[in-house]
Amino acid sequence: MLEKKPIIFLLLATVTILIGTVVTMVAPFWWINDPKLAIASVKPYTPLQLEGRDIYIREGCNNCHTQTVRPLLSDTERYGEYSKSGEFAYDQPFLWGSRRTGPDLARIGGKYPDAWHVKHMKDPQSMVPRSNMPRYDFLQRPLDTSLTERKMKTLKFPYTQDQIAQLSGKTEMDAMVAYLQKLGNDIPWRKAARAEVVGELKNPYQDNMAVLPEAKALYQQNCAQCHGKELKGDVGPALSDLDKPDADVFTTVYGGTQAGMPAFGDTLGKERIWKLVTFLKSHQKR
Amino acid sequence: MTQQEGYADDVVKGFIIWSLLWGFVAVLLGVVISLQLAWPQLNLPPYLSYGRLRPIHTNAGIFGWGIGSFMAFFIYITQRLTKTRLWSPGLARVQLWLFNVVIALAAVTLLLGMNRSKEYAELEWPVALLVVVLWVIFAVNIVMTIVKRREEQMYISLWYVLATLIGVAVLYLVNNAGIPVSLTKSYSAYAGANDANVQWWYGHNAVAMVLTTPPLALFYYFLPKSTGVPIYSHRMGVIAFWSLIFMYLWTGAHHLLWTPVPDWVQTLAMAFSVMLIAPSWAAVFNGYFSMNGQWHQMRENYQAKFLIFGITFYGLQTLQGPSQAIRTFSAFIHYTDWVPGHVHMGTLGWVSLVIFAAIYYTLPRLYRTEIYSVPLANLHFWLAVAGQLIFSISMWIAGVQQATMLNAANPDGSLHYSFIETLIELYPYWYARAFGGIIYFVSLIVFIYNIAKTINGGKAQALAQKA
Ligand code: HEC
Ligand code: HEC
Ligand code: HEM
Ligand code: HEM
Repeated sequence: MLEKKPIIFLLLATVTILIGTVVTMVAPFWWINDPKLAIASVKPYTPLQLEGRDIYIREGCNNCHTQTVRPLLSDTERYGEYSKSGEFAYDQPFLWGSRRTGPDLARIGGKYPDAWHVKHMKDPQSMVPRSNMPRYDFLQRPLDTSLTERKMKTLKFPYTQDQIAQLSGKTEMDAMVAYLQKLGNDIPWRKAARAEVVGELKNPYQDNMAVLPEAKALYQQNCAQCHGKELKGDVGPALSDLDKPDADVFTTVYGGTQAGMPAFGDTLGKERIWKLVTFLKSHQKR
Repeated sequence: MTQQEGYADDVVKGFIIWSLLWGFVAVLLGVVISLQLAWPQLNLPPYLSYGRLRPIHTNAGIFGWGIGSFMAFFIYITQRLTKTRLWSPGLARVQLWLFNVVIALAAVTLLLGMNRSKEYAELEWPVALLVVVLWVIFAVNIVMTIVKRREEQMYISLWYVLATLIGVAVLYLVNNAGIPVSLTKSYSAYAGANDANVQWWYGHNAVAMVLTTPPLALFYYFLPKSTGVPIYSHRMGVIAFWSLIFMYLWTGAHHLLWTPVPDWVQTLAMAFSVMLIAPSWAAVFNGYFSMNGQWHQMRENYQAKFLIFGITFYGLQTLQGPSQAIRTFSAFIHYTDWVPGHVHMGTLGWVSLVIFAAIYYTLPRLYRTEIYSVPLANLHFWLAVAGQLIFSISMWIAGVQQATMLNAANPDGSLHYSFIETLIELYPYWYARAFGGIIYFVSLIVFIYNIAKTINGGKAQALAQKA
């Protein structure tokens, strides 16, 4: 009989699709907005960061990069602490993405120095030769700030006239880097996650020349982009004449530093880091 | 056939031709972005770079090619199933015009970087508003035609038509809610995990209401028309219909497994995704059983080939989809190339094959002629299937391989491969995908050639008859 009454049919179909909608789309608002999930240290975007975020959206970076770390070992070891609902309270729209052609960026903030980002955005292949990320050198043009205040007001984010004034002279690249450096940094996970080296710090490969070819390849792939192919330094300092004990060099590479040296403990592991230490020390001028 | 005189069919022709044009654009852009992933030098920023072209590709595919053809065939089917002339042919002409304006505007604004970033809801608010107007015009025309129908029974295709009209309207309005900053910039009305959950409620049901119910409406109509056999079980169709439109709405969060949306939403999505196998396969069986005793048509009737392969890919798609919706498997393949493999079995295999069949069936009738070349139609078929299989299979292997590498660990618990080491291994598969895409593109050119010749032939015949 329904087959003869189109209007009743339409109403019934509407009710049918609304049931699942109410349960799985409307109801979760109450769960997600639970004050217990809020994180006090999470801050809204500054005017510069917000402009960077809008450029990220304009360029469609979210087509290749996700922004959510799952509580799975291969994610947390690679990217850092898993993402929490409260961290995204100011994200309108959310930018979690659906495809990881490139790595996740939820915790990119603080991983690299600003200079690394600028070089990488201008020419990704110069830093990571087989990357398929497009070049974004055109972002070095001046930032359009005509809508910035309106945007901050629309989103009800706090700002000062000083912050707006400081935008003059900034480029789109500055905004992008400011945005990237904020990502994932509102909770102090980096400090907590700083890998503690346990056990005895003794180089198992000391003066073992056999590991040098492998270590050199590791260096070219992971370190050369910042310390230069010839160890002469670039974004990071020169490493051509390290006169530190093996153990100190190991700790730096394993756990990273606050000033822009990324931690490699989780991605390279102890063995390969000791090989790198051996490689670096082999360059020391005696 | 004198009875057909009364139907408003000119606008159907218009929609078919324009949707073909946008389909051509979609596939061409698909080939371009697949080449860009393999050879990043092909990015020409700012405009012609991957991040801006990919949304144009998906929008041209889903809205230009998909919705465009569905508009054509909803108008065609509805008139015939109700034995009633379209309620307002004038309104339908406005709709065709507006449709093209909207898609063209979408392409231009996305190219300029005006993008809301939410997948399949990228269009900035003025364009989105036009989409709403377009949909209202379309829905009113179809519903009024059905209300004033002369055939009392509504055949099952009309059910899917009605569900599509209402479903798309609800989804689109909710997910596009935004706060404008200027004419060209707005922010989503929802934030963070809320926004994510709304988006994927929308996203998955765009799959339901654009890539599933409309091709099903076409399938249920054109399979009997083209093969001359009735649908095996009307009752199975009825049950499948209601359970399908009920269950789909629960499954959005299977795109968000392991993210910060509440666990129970994810679990519900997982459960309902698995249950969806039943109504999905009811349609597949309905197709297969209808062919009982008629399988020889697969050799003789090229349209049957498109339809039966189409429903077969739908069947595979609705087994693969639920498996991806299971947490453990999602942990593995989510975010990898596996997913584009899934997507294109659906879009290139299921959706496009069914639309091709519908065009092959209707176009010669609309122009009162025969198809120009059946061998070319067969060539089109085999190239399309080959291109799609090369695409999907290479992506599935690529996805599994990358997932395995990303999960590989050293004895001391550290990861064995850096991200870039896993990416380097994907290049051969990306070359293969581009190759498959080019084959598909060639098949489309063969199709367009065949269709153009058919139309010209029809026009010449009409002229000859007049003279
Ligand atoms: C075609 C896909 C693609 C697009 C589009 C893209 N990227 Fe990338 N991105 C990659 C790949 C692949 C890598 C990994 C290799 C590398 O570092 O270049 C990467 C790496 C990165 C990294 C370093 C991540 C890390 O942990 O080392 C940052 C930061 C980044 N991209 C930012 C961006 C921004 C910002 C945009 C938009 C303006 C963007 N990307 C657009 C593919 C892409
Ligand atoms: C993103 C850029 C970057 C990468 C990649 C990088 N480094 Fe560094 N590195 C730095 C910076 C910046 C410093 C200076 C840190 C500081 O002063 O705290 C540094 C410091 C160091 C130091 C201490 C130097 C000293 O004089 O005390 C060592 C050793 C080192 N890096 C080794 C490595 C090795 C080995 C790799 C590859 C596995 C590597 N780095 C990769 C940026 C980088
Ligand atoms: C030969 C033709 C095609 C080629 C070569 C192609 C290529 C591509 C590529 C390279 C991507 C990006 C994948 C990634 O993110 O890694 C993509 C995404 C997509 N394409 Fe196509 N495409 C084609 C046809 C189509 C058609 C006809 C449609 C729609 C009807 C379509 C719909 C989509 C969708 C929805 C996505 C997004 C998938 C996701 O988010 O995972 N494609 N396509
Ligand atoms: C029972 C039916 C189906 C289920 C349960 C299902 C399930 C899924 C799941 C779980 C994903 C997310 C994969 C991931 O990112 O990890 C997905 C993606 C997708 N599916 Fe399906 N699928 C089904 C049928 C279909 C059909 C028939 C199509 C038609 C083309 C389709 C098109 C898509 C598209 C376009 C995406 C990509 C969305 C994006 O990430 O942008 N699916 N599907």
